[in-house]
Amino acid sequence: MIQVVKQGLLDTVQDAGRYGYQHLGINPGGAMDRIALSVANSLVGNDPADAVIEMHFPASAFLFETEALIALSGGDFGAMVNDLPVSINKPVLLSQNSVLRFTKPVSGARCYLAIHGGLALESWLNSYSTHLKAGAGGFLGRQLQKNDRLPFREVNNYSRLLQSSDIRILPWRADIRGLYTDANNIHVIPGSEWPVLTEDSQTSLIEKGFSLTEQCDRMGFRLKGPALHTRNKDERLSAGVSKGTIQLLPNGQLIILMADHQTTGGYGRVAHVTTADIPALSQLLPNQELHFSMVTPEMAATLFEKQELHLHILQNACKLRLQDYCITN
Amino acid sequence: MNSDYNIAPLGDHSIIIEWEQQMDPVIHQRVMSVFYHLQSLQLPYIRDLIPAYASLTIVYQPSLTPRLKQQTASQEIQVMLKKMLEQITTSATAPPRILRIPVCYDPSLALDIQSMAEQKGLSVDRIIELHTQQPYTVYMLGFLPGFPYMGKVDDQLATPRLKKPRLKVPAGSVGIAGSQTGIYSMTSPGGWNIIGQTPIRMFDPHKASPCFCNPGDQVQFTPVSLEAFHKMI
Repeated sequence: MIQVVKQGLLDTVQDAGRYGYQHLGINPGGAMDRIALSVANSLVGNDPADAVIEMHFPASAFLFETEALIALSGGDFGAMVNDLPVSINKPVLLSQNSVLRFTKPVSGARCYLAIHGGLALESWLNSYSTHLKAGAGGFLGRQLQKNDRLPFREVNNYSRLLQSSDIRILPWRADIRGLYTDANNIHVIPGSEWPVLTEDSQTSLIEKGFSLTEQCDRMGFRLKGPALHTRNKDERLSAGVSKGTIQLLPNGQLIILMADHQTTGGYGRVAHVTTADIPALSQLLPNQELHFSMVTPEMAATLFEKQELHLHILQNACKLRLQDYCITN
Repeated sequence: MNSDYNIAPLGDHSIIIEWEQQMDPVIHQRVMSVFYHLQSLQLPYIRDLIPAYASLTIVYQPSLTPRLKQQTASQEIQVMLKKMLEQITTSATAPPRILRIPVCYDPSLALDIQSMAEQKGLSVDRIIELHTQQPYTVYMLGFLPGFPYMGKVDDQLATPRLKKPRLKVPAGSVGIAGSQTGIYSMTSPGGWNIIGQTPIRMFDPHKASPCFCNPGDQVQFTPVSLEAFHKMI
């Protein structure tokens, strides 16, 4: 069981998303950074798609009422357990009554907390992801608040490993180099309305930089950059959209649809961020810059496959190392 | 099926089939027939199917898509869809459900009905009559979970969205935007012209089927008094 002893800005339970309901207008949601979701879960021996806590800075502080094996991944929020600093991307054993808190935003926008064995919550429509609008899924369909208590699926005893110390950081780490793509080079593939952009605007999208505005949340990232124009007025009926879709707004600016995007939209789809690049993108903060580069759909598929293979190997490696310590699921 | 459609990737994990961009029940029937057909195939790599006015979006999981001949999952599915669309000859779809939805058009709930009446030189009663005289097709659900986009409303009722969207539109509000009519499935900001409110809960996360409407349904609005509305809530 963990207890929220201080409320964070927006901390929610998320898993790999809720699929199969978009025809009802129910968006998939899920962790913004699917690499961090997978890495944090793998480090503690969970299924890579298990539910974790996604945090924004300032993040919650948690009291562990029982011993636990945890891992943090994604953004680095200067985590401390009691008074000891804890790195991200490492498996950490915590003793009973440990307090995990986050002291400063070192890097990234979203940090993920995975707990060995997972959280004991009720799923909604086959997913543990919190759907804030629907008020369903995750923990009571809302962000975590002070005094919330989240039960674990299993209670483990790690005393023999902790040997009366407060924490024990296990001696391996997830090497995430090469897993994330470069935010300065966000790969996109052309959208159906790419040809409708003027030639100048096509050039601007690829050659000019963009920055994130303050209007960036789990639904989408509004960008600031050169105003883009279309050859003719682009009017279409609303249609399905996708995570990563880059829409051209009537004011000539761009919005990238993220995890909590609406299922349908009517703005021009000038390009799509590749699935492999969404994690790097989701770790950007307002005012940070990004650049786009155009790739072929084949290249996008290759990038994604390499990333998935990398995550799969990591998952297996972590499982074996945990077995060395007699920690298994 | 006619070849008047276009298949295109929508990013690297979705594909969209688009037909002629018209709000037309015949086109929508084609959309729904492909939707039902794909649903019936139960392909494990297809995660979502999003029917809309004149399009169907197929969301797939690339790593689970068998690649028989093509280089990428996207190409493989596009080839499969092309073959499938050639083979589907009829627009046979599941028989439409007809949903009767009570609406109270009392100005206390219908925030924009009076200004609309004035603008158009119609009486409030005439607006109610025009809005309830025909069933509407649910073309798609979107914007909010369970928000049905329906049409077409009578030309006399077509009204552009409010210039300044409201910060809070109550759940159940029935609105008009262009020639579409829709129902706010939950309280939300919004810019549709509100001409009534239904006591029916369009979205209830605790129900096994959380949304009252499905794409492809037919909706018939029936006017109810304010008193009846309050009894139904």
